Parts: sequence; C-alpha cells; structure tokens
Amino acid sequence: MFSDAHEVPSGRERPLSPHLSIYRFMYTMALSILHRFTGVLLALGLCALVYWLMSAAAGESAYERSGWLFRGWAFRVLLLAWLASYCFHFFNGLRHLAWDAGLGFERVHARRSARLVIVLAILAFLIAAWVLFWPRAGAP
Amino acid sequence: MSLRSPLGVALGRGAAGEGAAHWWAQRASAVALVPLTLWFLLSLTRLPLDDFAAVTLWVARGANPLWLALLLVALCFHSRLGVQVVIEDYVHSGALKFAALLLNSAAHLLLVAAGLYAVLRIVLRGLA
Repeated sequence: MFSDAHEVPSGRERPLSPHLSIYRFMYTMALSILHRFTGVLLALGLCALVYWLMSAAAGESAYERSGWLFRGWAFRVLLLAWLASYCFHFFNGLRHLAWDAGLGFERVHARRSARLVIVLAILAFLIAAWVLFWPRAGAP
Repeated sequence: MSLRSPLGVALGRGAAGEGAAHWWAQRASAVALVPLTLWFLLSLTRLPLDDFAAVTLWVARGANPLWLALLLVALCFHSRLGVQVVIEDYVHSGALKFAALLLNSAAHLLLVAAGLYAVLRIVLRGLA
C-alpha cells in the first residue's frame, strides 16, 4: 500500500503559517498577535522619533514648525498608543526571550506568564502615562 | 549550547534554507534594546520637549550621542527584521512580497541614516 505522502505534489493550495482559523481561541494567542501588532505600531513610532530628531537638527525654527504634529491632540493619542504598545512589547518580548532560552514552555507556565505580562504592561503604561503627561501638561 | 540541528549545522542552513542568522539578530537586538529604550524613555521624562535649546543640548551632551546612535541602529535593525517576518507571513503573492520586502529594507535604511545624520548634525552645531 502506498500512502498519499509518496504521491507527487498535487499543486493544491496547502495551508501556510500562520493558520489561525483552525485553532480554538486562547488568550495566549491574543498576546502572540498583539506582539506583532504592537511591533508594527512601534515601527511607525520610529518614523516620528526620526522626524523629531531631524527637526531638531534642522534648527530652532524647524523645530518650532514640527509642533504642527507634536503639539496636536492627535499626536497625544498616538503617543499613548505607542507607550501602551511599548509597555506590552517590552514585557512580552522578555517572555519570548525566556522561551528562546528554553524556559517557561509548559502550558500552565505560558498561561501564567501571559497574565503576568498583561498586568505588568498595564501597570507600566499607567505609571509611564502619568509621568509623561501629568507634571508637564504642556509638553508631550 | 547550540539551538541548531546537527544536519542544519552540517548543511549550513535551517529548515527553510536560511533564518538562523535572522533569528539571532532579532534576539540580540531585542536584548540591546532593553537598556537602550529604558534609558531613552527615562531621559524623555526629564526633558522639556518644548525647549529647542534644552533638547539639542541633551542630544549633544556627554555620551548621549553614542547611546542615541546605538538606540537608532538597534531600533531600525530590530524593526526591519520584525516587519520583514510580518510581510513574509501575510503577503503571499510573490511580486508583491518582493516589493514589500524591498520597501521595508529601504525605509528602515532611510530611517537609520536620517536619525544618525540628525544626531551628528546636532552634535556638530554644538561644537561650532
């Protein structure tokens, strides 16, 4: 008897990673996709960081002109989104590094570290948002 | 400890023909970014961002240009690798994937060059 495995590839579309639709949803999956989502958001934040440095390099009047972006309320929303993304990406990144070192693979450990990441990220975000926005209300 | 399979080591490649170097680069830059981003964010909290003179003085002061340069290189490197994986996983059309990967590399190269140029220009203006 020959199994299908020995046949010539049929050319049929085979499932490619990541095949999200075939698994029952688990909150550890939400963390995994959030890691990518926040990473892409932070990549956009990198553009803002470089724009900020470029405007400072171009002189005082250019720096003042960049206020159209940095002083607007929309940028504050973005800043908060990037801050939240950073807090999550930071702690979940440490979780990934622990996995890469071979630690915490057990299901119960992975779920516990997931909850720990969520708690730490929210705490860090609240503290960072308070420090960044509260004492100097005029300077995001 | 090596995380690569003996066959992978013998052939000089992973299961996909490449990727071990990418994997290590992403982790190494992640480890570097832990202290660098924390330093940067803590510095930002103590910086009056509305004040041009204070900001440029801070950029040029002491070892700050060095840390900023390392931060920019590590950030752009890590970001490029991360976005690359996202493109490879979600863009399945060959031509579109190629274009997206090229654009990703070019954009991050531009970002790191612009960032380093900006830091250098601020430092040189401070010396003049």
